[in-house]
Amino acid sequence: MSTAATSLDLEKRFPGVTPRDSADCPAFNVPTADIVRVLTALRDDFGYDMLVDIAGIDWGESASPRFAVAYHVLSTEKAAYVRLVAPCSGDAEPSIPSVAGVYPAADWHEREAYDMFGIRFEGHPDLRRILMWEGYPYHPLRKDFPLAGIETDLPDDEVAGETGVRVKPAPMAGGPFVAPQAGHMTSREPRARDESWNEKSEKPAD
Amino acid sequence: MSTEYTFPDNAARSAAAADAPEFETEKLTINMGPSHPSTHGVLRLLLELDGETVTRCDPVIGYLHRGDEKIAENMTYNQFVPYTDRLDYLSPLANNVAYAIAVERLAHLEVPPRCQAIRALICEMARISSHLLGLGVYAMDTGAMTVFLYTFTEREKLYTLFEELTGARFTTSYTRIGGLARDIPEGWLGRVARFCDGVLPVVDEIDALLTRNRIFLDRTEGIGVISKEDAIAWGLTGPNLRASGVPLDLRKDKPYCGYENYEFDVPVGTKGDCYDRYLVRLEEIRQSVRIIRQIIANMPDGPWYAEDAKKIFAPPTDKILTSMEELIQNFMLVTEGPQMPAGEVYFEAENPKGALGFYIISRGGGVPYRLKIRAPSFCSLSILPKVAVGCMVADLSAILGSLDFVMGECDR
Repeated sequence: MSTAATSLDLEKRFPGVTPRDSADCPAFNVPTADIVRVLTALRDDFGYDMLVDIAGIDWGESASPRFAVAYHVLSTEKAAYVRLVAPCSGDAEPSIPSVAGVYPAADWHEREAYDMFGIRFEGHPDLRRILMWEGYPYHPLRKDFPLAGIETDLPDDEVAGETGVRVKPAPMAGGPFVAPQAGHMTSREPRARDESWNEKSEKPAD
Repeated sequence: MSTEYTFPDNAARSAAAADAPEFETEKLTINMGPSHPSTHGVLRLLLELDGETVTRCDPVIGYLHRGDEKIAENMTYNQFVPYTDRLDYLSPLANNVAYAIAVERLAHLEVPPRCQAIRALICEMARISSHLLGLGVYAMDTGAMTVFLYTFTEREKLYTLFEELTGARFTTSYTRIGGLARDIPEGWLGRVARFCDGVLPVVDEIDALLTRNRIFLDRTEGIGVISKEDAIAWGLTGPNLRASGVPLDLRKDKPYCGYENYEFDVPVGTKGDCYDRYLVRLEEIRQSVRIIRQIIANMPDGPWYAEDAKKIFAPPTDKILTSMEELIQNFMLVTEGPQMPAGEVYFEAENPKGALGFYIISRGGGVPYRLKIRAPSFCSLSILPKVAVGCMVADLSAILGSLDFVMGECDR
């Protein structure tokens, strides 16, 4: 880890870049505006030719900047990874420059992060939802989105009109063995959070 | 209503036809899928066709989206193991192993040699199983039914072995953080060795049926060519990347599970067409057999789980029922989950479909804060809008078959 990190002089070339705690590969915090330049430098000057992953992160409703994007790039020659994490500007409507022009692989990964977190990638050629349907009103991987889901309309108006079916939240608040991330030990035990509604009995009207 | 009939002015009509281009053509937009036999699952391709030539291809994915990443944020690390079965459901054992190693990297936990050897063994068995299916359906999509029947016969034998090992044929859930669900059964290694002896002649038979088959060559050679540069730029991994001539194999280049102890070759293609992807997969089966034989010959003794990781791996049942300390340990593990330090880790394993990655952000405790799954099939499909353009419609089934994707993993 240390040898690879020293050969990467990203901090010197980009004053805003700082090293980031990491258990495995070299990792850096990158300012929002620099992400395209840093990734271009990694690709052209350091041989990190493959973008393997882009992950959106929601640091919680109270955090600011609330959203961040983590990039993992791989050098196919050296088989070494580098992780970059860039915060998104704007907490209500997060946005960050798109890197689809640097790595074509970013196209779908950024669409996914947009779909799941609502992060707008400025300059993306075709920013549409990818896993959820077009017109879905929420961003499911945000921390304020409940595990069970939120009641909403079916994507197809025709089917919805014909059948009257709506997208319903999952029973038992998302599953029989839900373990929350924080709280007292007694409440962290994996168990159903809301058993008033299950497959056999209808959801009680609020 | 007029009853007058005007006779067509033939002279004017032929003059107009002479001005117009020879054929009035119009682009046609059609849906291929979501349930088309060659999309192997629920993938929809929105195609724009000019005659039989594809001019635009827009894959519509997400039909199998189950929110695995959201679910992972709401359960302990061990609870998520069964969900990894359902990513690439054609090689659940390899997914189990990749996930377990990712979490262990987070905890800086090293599992004993026997556990590593068993994991490498099941990864290679999963690879054979996945490639057998991949080749079988690929051949069927290009018109060769027999290969499918041969490969499924062999795959069935593998599933019997999986059942004996894990108790399930499909949803194996065999790994735990810090170890395995159980040790290998008595005499099982011998049966795996016998399977290996049996599968090689079948691979040779597939080789004989397809490799010099005129129809198969016509349908795959020079079709769906992915250049080295494109394969890297679009993040293709696994056999799809190697078929394009990039010799990247994480088992060799970033060894895990003790792969550095085994001797094997990494087959690499030259052109990156559908035919090369077939050849690479076929040879990988042979190499997997080679690895499996080495593992069986050198299977280490000793513990098959990390005995010192008391806050991560559950103690054996007989100890739980007889000893107070182990009972408490088990209780804490079930209620709180395996305890992880805060930090973040990214681990990719060389799975049959490509590099399956897990990016885990932990804030300590038994539940991940964020777990991102990097699915190789997602990346393999993302290059389709580029590769499919200019192909004939009939080539698409060969391209899809050769990319060997799984929608359970793509959509997560």
